[in-house]
Amino acid sequence: MTPLFEQLQMLESASTSSLLQNTSPAAVSAVIGKTRLQIDDLALLLSPGSDELLEEMAQRANGITQARFGNAVSLYAPLYISNKCSGTCPYCGFKRTEKIKRKTLSLEEVISEGDALSRSGIQHVLLVTGDCPGNGVDFLCDAARQLKKTFPSVTVEIPPLEQSEYAQLIEAGVDGVTLYQETYNKEVYDFLHKGSPKDNYMYRLDALSRAGAAGIRKLNVGVLWGLSDWRGDALKLALHARFLEKTCWRSQVLIGMPRLHKVPGDFTIPHPVCNRDFAHIVMAMRLFLHDAGIVVSTRERPEFRDNLLAIGATQFSAGSKTEPGGYSVQEDTSSAGGAQFEIDDHRSPKTVEQDLSKLGYDPVFKDWDRGFIS
Amino acid sequence: MTDQLVIAGRSFSSRLLVGTGKFSSAQVMKEAVEASGAEIVTVALRRVDLDAPSDNMLAALDMDKYLILANTSGARDAKEAVRLAKIARDGGLPPWVKIEVTPDPRTLLPDPIETLKAAEELVKDGFTVLPYMPADPILAKHLEEVGCATLMPLGAMIGSGMGIRTRDAIEIIIDNATVPVVVDAGLGLPSHAAEAMEMGADAVLANTALAIAQNPRQISEAFKLATIAGRMGYLAGPAGSSKGANASSPLTGFIR
Repeated sequence: MTPLFEQLQMLESASTSSLLQNTSPAAVSAVIGKTRLQIDDLALLLSPGSDELLEEMAQRANGITQARFGNAVSLYAPLYISNKCSGTCPYCGFKRTEKIKRKTLSLEEVISEGDALSRSGIQHVLLVTGDCPGNGVDFLCDAARQLKKTFPSVTVEIPPLEQSEYAQLIEAGVDGVTLYQETYNKEVYDFLHKGSPKDNYMYRLDALSRAGAAGIRKLNVGVLWGLSDWRGDALKLALHARFLEKTCWRSQVLIGMPRLHKVPGDFTIPHPVCNRDFAHIVMAMRLFLHDAGIVVSTRERPEFRDNLLAIGATQFSAGSKTEPGGYSVQEDTSSAGGAQFEIDDHRSPKTVEQDLSKLGYDPVFKDWDRGFIS
Repeated sequence: MTDQLVIAGRSFSSRLLVGTGKFSSAQVMKEAVEASGAEIVTVALRRVDLDAPSDNMLAALDMDKYLILANTSGARDAKEAVRLAKIARDGGLPPWVKIEVTPDPRTLLPDPIETLKAAEELVKDGFTVLPYMPADPILAKHLEEVGCATLMPLGAMIGSGMGIRTRDAIEIIIDNATVPVVVDAGLGLPSHAAEAMEMGADAVLANTALAIAQNPRQISEAFKLATIAGRMGYLAGPAGSSKGANASSPLTGFIR
């Protein structure tokens, strides 16, 4: 039982559960204007009683986002190093039973992927791997050392590690870690990941604390929307983010917003999240966490993503390819591996940049450089 | 009563801490402390004659009833504060210390650098450390990291009775704290104590306001009630203020 898990457990108390099930708009209205929301206030903002107050919440979320982030929107892109995976996550295109072409890039291929991505204008690269013993920390460190020559910011989305391994990554030039809990509902989590390398809920839950303790500058938490009831997951996600803000206070905390749309095989999304609920989550997060970056990927459609900027989103991926080798082999698809998920926003980084400028936003490709510290 | 203040694993029912300085007599002090309902009472070590305990403020207090929290008032740097704390412990007081390092005798403002140094050393030496500190959110995180059991940011200059002038900074400290926050110094009125508790402070500390009132016993009780009222107000989840209707263009048209 870790301090974080204990705090999450407290949200299952009868009093918090009843707030989350509140149906009275008046109760919600009373907390929207508060400048410092407590977790119980957030439960009200996520409750069914808030559904008819979304416009009020959106206005407030807009004010906070403007005050804290102005018009800046950070852009990044993922670089998939490997789609080899021992995982059995039924919702994932990389799961080991999926009949796709498996590929792990060589260091030379990583470099040429990086070069291709860099030519598209991207300066923040997110390295992604499947959960497989072959995708080890040493190789990631080698990849990061190469890519940091081209990219001012290198972050990773990889299985959970030990603190000392996060320290190795920092040494190699990594400044951010993305690790989604997928769902905070432990029963659902355990059911979905039985027999998978991912079946240790607690080890995953505390991984970002280990990353923060090692000195990682950006910690990105998230839920994979669709796996469990979104109201309960959103409340716990917010608490996790707040916990990290308090305990890893030198790190910036971000909320990732991946949502399941289409899934492989016969898996049925248990709790689909519609656009309205998705937007609801974004604004509730903003009201509770004024300074957290909110990341929306190319899993979402262009117009929908752009509209989320006004109510809390601050970071987009752009021009993403979710298969290893996807950037350098645009024409020759036969040499790329299978993709993790389908892209719904196919705009190039250049087009995203132009579209955001037209909407009055400032697209930011570079807002950090490790050269400042080493 | 389930709503307990827990400091370093020890539970307290009262969220009002009181000091013992500036009273007109030991008897008046004793009555005021009793009326306050406080369970933690801070005593300036410099005023205690550890060799003749019957001859000082300590003698007036039932040591079994209160946690006596020695403070290092008068210390001008970390070295002096550490020395004072050790003298208190050697003299038989509990190993709990409220660090006060105030090099400027005019303002008595706490020295952030020396306070941090003293805190680090005393924690390592096994003390439960409660530091009186400037309302600085970053200093607060550093003090937590060296192992302090609470944070005790000042509301205003000690003894000023000016109320909570550092409100914005204290709110940040409260929002980010992983240990209890005790608002210390500057609370002149019961309403100031209530305000701190409504803000979400875990406790408050008062001394001068109690000691120099015309009726110390009565104002101590008022502080006790105000602290309880403020805490209840906080726990009740009060409504936020609203500026009324929004005139801006709709932002949720895209999800209708």
